[in-house]
Amino acid sequence: MAAFREYVFAQSLEEAYRLNRQKSAVIVGGNMWLRMCGMRRRTAIDLTRLGLDKIEEEEDAFRVGAMVTLRALETDARLNAAFGGAFAAALSPIVGTQFRNGATVGGSVYSRFGFSDVSALLLSLDARVMLHGRGEVALEDYQFEAWDRDVLTHVVIPKGRRAGISSVRLSATDFPVLVAAAARSASGLRLVVGARPARAMIVCDGMDPARVTPQEMERLAQSIPLGSNLRASQAYRRKIAPVLLMRAAAACMEG
Amino acid sequence: MVIGFTLNGRKVTVQAEADDSLYTVLRALHVSSVKCGCETTNCGLCTVYMNGRAVLSCSVPAPRCEGCEIVTLEGLQEEAKLLGGCLADEGAEQCGFCAPGLMMNVFALAKEKPDAAPEEIDAYLAGNLCRCSGYMSQRRAILRYLEMKRDALAADGQEVRER
Repeated sequence: MAAFREYVFAQSLEEAYRLNRQKSAVIVGGNMWLRMCGMRRRTAIDLTRLGLDKIEEEEDAFRVGAMVTLRALETDARLNAAFGGAFAAALSPIVGTQFRNGATVGGSVYSRFGFSDVSALLLSLDARVMLHGRGEVALEDYQFEAWDRDVLTHVVIPKGRRAGISSVRLSATDFPVLVAAAARSASGLRLVVGARPARAMIVCDGMDPARVTPQEMERLAQSIPLGSNLRASQAYRRKIAPVLLMRAAAACMEG
Repeated sequence: MVIGFTLNGRKVTVQAEADDSLYTVLRALHVSSVKCGCETTNCGLCTVYMNGRAVLSCSVPAPRCEGCEIVTLEGLQEEAKLLGGCLADEGAEQCGFCAPGLMMNVFALAKEKPDAAPEEIDAYLAGNLCRCSGYMSQRRAILRYLEMKRDALAADGQEVRER
């Protein structure tokens, strides 16, 4: 269990940012993972009173607050209409409805979990993160940075792409063995692989849709850095990667 | 710290630590339907409603409950009787340890998807684990329960129209 001495409801982003400068502080998202990691901190910072639980549609993007739950993201009609149902497809296999009612987008994206279905999908959609203090950063870059002390306030998802996702799980509700996400825009296809088992990464960008063939995916899969863990070996991941890439690409081209 | 919230319609005030969860607080209040079955934020046994939304109470920081409406199975006895009857008729209960958490999520399902098909039931309740059974008898019981709810709703509608 995580242990805190004090629990503070930040009254402003500035206050959250100031408190979080201390190494002895931690921001509590959905508390799904945090509660299990056994960390001891003096101050737990709560962002629930800052209005970060909204999905706002703007002309060219969706602005998703850090405290929006995975379930809200999964069931948002506007997001699913805009991205070909990819959010429902990506999020519904995660644990259970009650879990997704608690887990937050900010918690997932900040933590840069190696198993994250959410990060894989957002990365394919060229999302950006908004950090109080630092401003906007491309998820593509943020994904590989060290855990910092900035406050993630929003994830911005640009419109204009269709996405597809495909994963393999040993059993329903488990972490993925491997996940592939694909998004199609005017400049071609972006393919992402996650649960490698490490942070999701872009494996191909701007691909001509005509090149989406099993042979091409087979070739591409050879160059992806993959590893082994208790869910699967590197060789197994290498074997299923082309199939998942094909499925994700097909799903985004249908959508 | 002192936290005040509404528990099954009754206002309560509790003394809690900064790192307590809602689960810990409810157990201290002797709310015994809420149980911890996994320690990994996974099993669904500790499901309660927080402002109408089904959540895992083991992961809700207790301070976050300030001013919230918390409902547990203790507050839904009428519904529990109906669904409990369906589960018993199908012989779905073996040890019964997971039943309160399952029931809470079935009520949430009934509200959100009253016409749920079997595969929708499976998807919605995937986060409610049962280690005794194979889920088939629960699924039959839940289909029956949803049907009874729809029938009751239709009968109410009929009555209103006749009036």
